[in-house]
Amino acid sequence: MNEHRILVIGGGPAGMETAYQLKNLGLNPVIIERSDKLGGNLSRWDRLFPTSEPAEALLEKLMEQTKDIEKKLNAKITSIEKENNIFHLKLSNGINYKADAIVLCTGFDLFKAEKKQEYGYGIYNNVITNAELEKYFKTHNDERINEPKRIGFVHCVGSRDVKVNNTYCSKVCCATALKQACEIKEEFPEADVYCFYMDLRMFGKGYEDIYLKAQKDFDIKCVRGRVCEVSENIEGKLVIKAEDTLLGTPMKMTLDLLVLMCGMEKSKSSNEIQKMLNISNNEDGFIETRDLFSGLNLTKEKGVFVAGACTSPKTLPETLAEARSAAMEVFNYLGFQDVRN
Amino acid sequence: MIVEGKQKIWADYQKDIPDDHYFYVRSCIRQSFFPGSEVTFLDITRNKLGKDFYESAYHTTCGGIAYHSDSIPQETAMTIIARQFALMHESGYENYVCSCITSFGCYTETLETWHEFPELEAKIRQYLWDSCKKDFAKPKYLAHASDIIYKFRHEIARQAKYKLVNVKTGKPLKVVEHIGCHYAKMFPSKGFGGAEYPHVLVGMIEAWGGEVVDYPERRQCCGFGFRQYLIQANRGYSLSNTYKKFESMEAYEPDLIITNCPGCPYFLDRWQYVIAEQTGKTYGKNGYGIPALTYEEVAGLVMGYNPWDLGLQMHQVAVEPLLEKMGIEYDPKTKYKGINNKDLGTPINPINIRLQ
Amino acid sequence: MIDFGFCISKSSHIMMDDIDLKYFNKLETLNPDIKTCMSCGLCTATCTAGNFTDMSFRKIILMLQRGKDKEAVRLVKKCMMCGKCMMLCSRGINTRNILLSITRIYNE
Repeated sequence: MNEHRILVIGGGPAGMETAYQLKNLGLNPVIIERSDKLGGNLSRWDRLFPTSEPAEALLEKLMEQTKDIEKKLNAKITSIEKENNIFHLKLSNGINYKADAIVLCTGFDLFKAEKKQEYGYGIYNNVITNAELEKYFKTHNDERINEPKRIGFVHCVGSRDVKVNNTYCSKVCCATALKQACEIKEEFPEADVYCFYMDLRMFGKGYEDIYLKAQKDFDIKCVRGRVCEVSENIEGKLVIKAEDTLLGTPMKMTLDLLVLMCGMEKSKSSNEIQKMLNISNNEDGFIETRDLFSGLNLTKEKGVFVAGACTSPKTLPETLAEARSAAMEVFNYLGFQDVRN
Repeated sequence: MIVEGKQKIWADYQKDIPDDHYFYVRSCIRQSFFPGSEVTFLDITRNKLGKDFYESAYHTTCGGIAYHSDSIPQETAMTIIARQFALMHESGYENYVCSCITSFGCYTETLETWHEFPELEAKIRQYLWDSCKKDFAKPKYLAHASDIIYKFRHEIARQAKYKLVNVKTGKPLKVVEHIGCHYAKMFPSKGFGGAEYPHVLVGMIEAWGGEVVDYPERRQCCGFGFRQYLIQANRGYSLSNTYKKFESMEAYEPDLIITNCPGCPYFLDRWQYVIAEQTGKTYGKNGYGIPALTYEEVAGLVMGYNPWDLGLQMHQVAVEPLLEKMGIEYDPKTKYKGINNKDLGTPINPINIRLQ
Repeated sequence: MIDFGFCISKSSHIMMDDIDLKYFNKLETLNPDIKTCMSCGLCTATCTAGNFTDMSFRKIILMLQRGKDKEAVRLVKKCMMCGKCMMLCSRGINTRNILLSITRIYNE
C-alpha cells in the first residue's frame, strides 16, 4: 500500500488532517506547503469559537499527528502533468514527485479590507481587521489598541457584497465577531462594544450560546445595519455611519477602534495549481467540486480531490471533517473499495 | 490618517487624458454664478499652457437640470447630448471637455447607457436626425474641466505667482475640497482618485502649496439636489446639508473651500449667508465666512490674475481675508467695477456675516 | 431674522455620542434580561394594543437604547398589561416587569 503516494497540496488544517488520515489508511502522503511552516490561517488565530479553545492547542494536535509525515516546506510548484493516471509534480528546487492522487487543500485568503474603501482600512489609523485583532490577543502588541472606550465590529466585510464581487456568506464571521467582541470586552471591561450585523448567522453547535453570552454576560450591543462610511474627526477618532434598520433610523457614533470582519476568498496561490490541473472555479470564485452533495471532495479531474476552505468558506470542524472524508475518497479511488470515480 | 493608504487608491484611479485639442462646453449656470471661471479656464489653457481648446457658439445646455428635476425624459436629455457631440464632430474634435459636473455625469451616463444598450443609441441617432438633421460621433475622450487643471497642476504651480500659503505665518492654508456628486459617485472609475477619496482637487491643493482638510462629512453632498433647491419650500433640505458640512468642518478652521461643481460652490457660498441670518453663526474668523471658490478661480489666484477679473466680487462670502493671507494685492475700490469700469452696484452689507 | 420660507432642519441621524443612557442603564441593571432581546417581534405581533396603536415592546427597547425616551414612554402608556408578550417571548424576557420599571424610572 505504501507505494501509493498522495500529494496533499497545502499545509493548513485541511492538509494536515487529510495527510494524517491518509497515513492512517496505510497510504503515503506528502504535504506540499509553499510557506516555511504548517498551520495556514489557523496559526494566525488566538482562540477559536465557540469554546474559546486556544488555536495553539488544535495546531499542536495537528502538528503531533503529522510529525512523521513527509513534508516539503517553501515548496513552489512549477508544473503538474498527468500521464496514465499518474501525476508528475515538479518543484522549483528540482525535486520531482510521482503520485497516484492529489488533494488540494489550498485554503482561503482573508478578504483584503482596503478594497472596501469606505471603511478606510489603511487610511484611518484605528481601523483594523479580524486577523489583526487575533494577533493582538496573541501578542498584546498593537499601538492602535490603546484603552479603547468604544469599539465597533463590522460584519460581512467582503461578503454578501456585489460591489466586491462576493455575493456569498463567509460563514465564520458572525461567530468570530461575537467571540472577539466578548474577548475584547474582557480586556477592556469599561468599553462599549457594538456589532453591526445584517443577519446573525449563528448556525453551529454552541454558536447561539456565544450570542446569548455576548448579550447577557458581556453587554455586547448588536445593531442591525451595515456601516456605510468611516471617517476621522479632528481628535483622530473614527466616525461611523450606519442605519439602525430595526428602528429605521440612521445613526452616527465615534469609535476608538473599528474591527472589520473580513470574509473568505479562495487563496490566490491555488490559481496556478488549478491551471496546471485544469480545475475551474465555481460562481463564488472557489474551486468547483463535482457536486454539492455526495461529491464535495471530488473535482471533475479524476485523481484530484479537494478538502477545506478552498471550495467554499468553512468552519474548522467542517474543514477537518472534509479532510477525513477526502482521505476516504482517495482510499476508495485507489481501488481499495468500491470506486465512485 | 495614513497618507500612503490614500496614495495607493489615487494610483489605482488614474486616467490617461489627452494632452491637447479639446472641444470645450460651458455650463448653463456657472456663467452667472461665477462669471470669471470659464473665461479663466480658457485663458489658462490657451494662453498660459498653449493648448487648443475650441468652443462653439451653437452649444446649448446639456439638459441636465431639466433631467434631474424630472421635467424631461432621459431620451430628450440624450438627444440634446447627441447634438453637442454632433457639434464637436462637425468642428473636427474628438476630445470633449465640459465645465459642469452634472453635464459630466450626464455625458458619462449617456455613453455608458449607449454602450450597454446600442439600440438606444440608434434610436437617439434617429431622433437627432429627425429633429436637427445632424449626425454625431461619440467623443474619443470625455473629460471634466477639472481633470485638465489637475493634469496641468504642476505646470500651473511652476507659473504661479502665489501659493496657498499664509504669507504671514509661512504655513500652508487649510483647504477643504468638495467634489460634485456627479463627478465620480455614479462611475467611480471615471474620476481621478475614485469616489471615496477623490484626488482631483487634492492634487491641485497640494501642488499649489495648501494643506487638505479631511473632515468627517467630507463625502456629504452639498445638498443642491435640483428639485430640492428649485422649489422654495424644499430648500431646507439643501440648506441643512450644507449646514451639516460646515458644522463638521468648523473645528479644522479652514481658510478656503475649493470645488469642481456648479452647484456646490454656489450653495457652500450663499448658504453661509442664510445660516448666518438664521443662526447668527459664521464659520470664518472675525465674522467672515469661509470663501468657497471654483478650481479655476483658485488656479487664477495662484497664477496672479486680478481677483476682480476672476469674478470673486460675485461671491457672497468676502474673499479679502483669503487674499490677505495669500499676500495677493487687490484694490478695494475696484471690487464692484466690471469691464470698462462699468459700475456693478454695491451689495447690501448683511448684519450677521461680514462682507467688508 | 429674515424669513426665507425655509429653514435648517435637524439631521435625522441619531448621534450616539450625545445620548445619555443613564436611565436605560438603570433599567438594564434592574432587568438584565432586557439585554437578550433579539428583535424577533413576537411581542409586537401578539400585542393587544399593538394591533390598534403603534405600541411595540421591541421598538420601545430600541428607542430607549437610542435616546428616544419620550417616544418610548408615549408608547408604554398604550400597553394594556395583558401579559401575552411575556407568555410568548422566546428569550424569556420579563416584559411586564420591564414595562413597569420603565414607567417608574422614566417618570422620575
